Amino acid sequence: MTERVETQGISGEHYNFAYLDEQTKRMIRRAILKGIAVPGYQVPFAAREMPMPYGWGTGGVQVTAAVIGKNDCLKMIDQGSDDTTNAVALRNFFVETTGVDTTTKTKDASIIQTRHRIPEENLTKDQVLVYQVPIPEPLRFLEPRETETRKMHALEEYGLMHVKLYEDIAKFGHIATAYAYPVMVQDRYVMDPSPTPKFDNPKMDQMEALQLFGAGREKRIYAIPPHTKVVSLDFEDHPFEVTKFEQPCAICGAEEIYLDEVILDDAGNRMFVCSDSDFCEERRDVGHVGHLGTNPLEAEGND
Amino acid sequence: MYVAVKGGEKAIRNAHKLMARDRRGDTSVPSLSLKQVSEQLYLSVSRVMAEGSLYDAELAALGIKQSRGDLIEAAFLMRAYRTTLPRFGYSKPIGTAKMLIRRRISATYKDLPGGQLLGPTFDYTQRLLDFKLAADGEAPTPEVQEFEKEEVVPRVTDLLNEEGLIEPDESIAPDAPVGDITREPLTFPADRDLRLQNLARGDEGFLLALGYSTQRGFGRTHPFAGEIRLGEVEVDFFMEELGFEVPLGTMTVTECQMINQFQGSASAPPQFTRGYGLVPGQGERKVMAMALVDRSLRAEELGEEIDSPTQDQEFVLSHSDNVQATGFVEHLKLPHYVDFQSELELIRKVRKEWQEKREAAEQELIAEAAQ
Amino acid sequence: MSTQTASSIFAKAPAPGLADPVHDAQSVFRSAMNALAQPGTVQQLDILTLSPPAPLSVAATALVLTLCDYDTPLWLDPTLATNGTVKNYIRFHTAAPFVESPAEAAFALVSDTKLLPAIASFAAGNAEYPDRSTTIVLMVDELTEDEGITLKGPGIKTEKQFSIAPAPAMFWQQMQDNSTLYPLGIDIIFAGTSQVAGLPRSTKITGLEA
Repeated sequence: MTERVETQGISGEHYNFAYLDEQTKRMIRRAILKGIAVPGYQVPFAAREMPMPYGWGTGGVQVTAAVIGKNDCLKMIDQGSDDTTNAVALRNFFVETTGVDTTTKTKDASIIQTRHRIPEENLTKDQVLVYQVPIPEPLRFLEPRETETRKMHALEEYGLMHVKLYEDIAKFGHIATAYAYPVMVQDRYVMDPSPTPKFDNPKMDQMEALQLFGAGREKRIYAIPPHTKVVSLDFEDHPFEVTKFEQPCAICGAEEIYLDEVILDDAGNRMFVCSDSDFCEERRDVGHVGHLGTNPLEAEGND
Repeated sequence: MYVAVKGGEKAIRNAHKLMARDRRGDTSVPSLSLKQVSEQLYLSVSRVMAEGSLYDAELAALGIKQSRGDLIEAAFLMRAYRTTLPRFGYSKPIGTAKMLIRRRISATYKDLPGGQLLGPTFDYTQRLLDFKLAADGEAPTPEVQEFEKEEVVPRVTDLLNEEGLIEPDESIAPDAPVGDITREPLTFPADRDLRLQNLARGDEGFLLALGYSTQRGFGRTHPFAGEIRLGEVEVDFFMEELGFEVPLGTMTVTECQMINQFQGSASAPPQFTRGYGLVPGQGERKVMAMALVDRSLRAEELGEEIDSPTQDQEFVLSHSDNVQATGFVEHLKLPHYVDFQSELELIRKVRKEWQEKREAAEQELIAEAAQ
Repeated sequence: MSTQTASSIFAKAPAPGLADPVHDAQSVFRSAMNALAQPGTVQQLDILTLSPPAPLSVAATALVLTLCDYDTPLWLDPTLATNGTVKNYIRFHTAAPFVESPAEAAFALVSDTKLLPAIASFAAGNAEYPDRSTTIVLMVDELTEDEGITLKGPGIKTEKQFSIAPAPAMFWQQMQDNSTLYPLGIDIIFAGTSQVAGLPRSTKITGLEA
């Protein structure tokens, strides 16, 4: 890599491998093991202050730092893309503090850290998906008190959540939760999937890869082992529905994937392109073309 | 290639260069030295040391310079540096009764052992902009006088304690483990040691507003400023390997003891209660606010009705940390277009259905009217 | 310092721990993580240079050195608890406080399945904090995939056969009982000579009669 963000002195000489000291890594690793043993349960951990702001991925970064080894290959995405500003900043953090290989290709990565998306491509048993989580508590917006929500989880008392979802249906005709849509893990814990769009929820169910979730500010880690039952909450007469897009990706033609809406001009013209930039690129590399061609900005009528 | 999703790396690099240029400002003006900051902006330095939980004036000065004077950003830089430092252990408790006092006032007694010592304060100054400072005028040098160091200046609460008028200090076994909010996640209810740690690094503005609210009746506290003191205390560390204590140096601290409304119960006679505040450096406003909030947070322990935000430990302790708060508020700047897309799809769908329903209803009305 | 003094010091010093503390610990952790995430699979450890005092195995020692420190109360089985060399070694490399009661242990190290006390005597956590439970590192001679009792649950696609040797009487029965406490319960990491396998509380066990 020739163009590298100038290091701010966090290169290997001054800091431990992956930045965290070994005691902190052990503490996080223990929390990860507990999380795996009790899927969907939020394990409290003593999150450390990190050299990036709370709310900007400190939980995911700490989990990745505790898991990553020198032979790993890391992919870092935000909004499905490897090149969003915060993904770039976090990837550079790991390049500087670990020297591991990074990739934008989903299938080449052994660890994928993500914010707000699950890659379109199926993950495998040799991969770990690390989610950045802002508010790990799915019941938080119904009951702001940790002391109360902890009891609700302990007693498996999730009636309030169903009432909320049902009120949505009464008011809007739909469950008005489009992202961070709550799931039930292995028939026991209601869990926040992080603010991924509900489109991604079905991918969590029986996923082959291990899924780890880190919330730094809220100091919680949780996990879903491979092949674990993850069900989006719903009602018999109002089953969970995945968002469907009416058109394919404008530049690679893919269907049944999650799309970003891009406004092309001030006349309200817009196009939809893959949110997962690697998925889109792979398709275009093997010759798939969407209805706006490979470069929509040069496409007719868009200049 | 679709361009809008590329170029993040370059944009970041350039943004940082621009920020560095703005930080330096006009290059015909000399650059700030850290000494200038730590000597002349000591109250900013104190705040950054307190909220950054790291007692090092020079690093705090660097943080302030690097953050262009944004004190929360500076505290954040201190915290991020602090976590990388090796940990040797916990010092012995500092003894503020043995403080070398620079300022010490009590609002509850006209005079008292050790005396009232006004010290360096803005109190009783006329709040008029001093244009002599703008003209770079040097401060007059105060006269210096030899004094005899008082070994121990008892605290007002110690004096009250002798008469049994104030609740005694909580007794803690010498070998009791000390809670540490930097090592363990805070769980509720939190004990007072953890609460005080949280408040000591809490945001001054937040504590000020909460403390103020208690004075105005939201969880009334009836406080008297029993004593505020500022000065230097010695910090000692017990070396396991050597088997004895060694002094590590001195640090400046500000301490406030508030005396609050008396309480009594069937088993204990009416007594004043305590609220406590202590910060590294000079931070009088912060310790006073902290003492008010500490007292309010003892509501449950003292059997008081909890009906105000300041008495609610989960509310106060979960939101006091400005490094956490600023991170989460400001994370709204990050791209959220995936979530937003999901909301867009949903709201379009819901609106469409609403429209259809309404049109159907209108059609029905028209049909009815036509009959 | 003369060579003689140095060697006499070395003679008394505990045997070395992980040769590369940062990367070895990471690699052992990944094996332990995969073991618990895929119950009943046998994970090979890369670390072979460790020479712990008997009767500790390389795998069990690597796990303890990777996961324990002064924040983790550690329970040792009666044989280990009376072995000064073992205790010194663990204390020197982890600083973990030793506890007498299994119920106080964050980790338990058991060198022989015969010395395993009743599973129910360890901490199972509580309803609000099921994570406040004991993780047992249990030394065994053999770990075998695809034969033995049947495991089902998170981390297992359909079902998985697994066995340990030696397996103490009533062990699987106890683990079956343990899984009924879910989400409370203990978790076990089995340590073979240089392999590990995991059995978290979430795993359902059947096929005991076989």
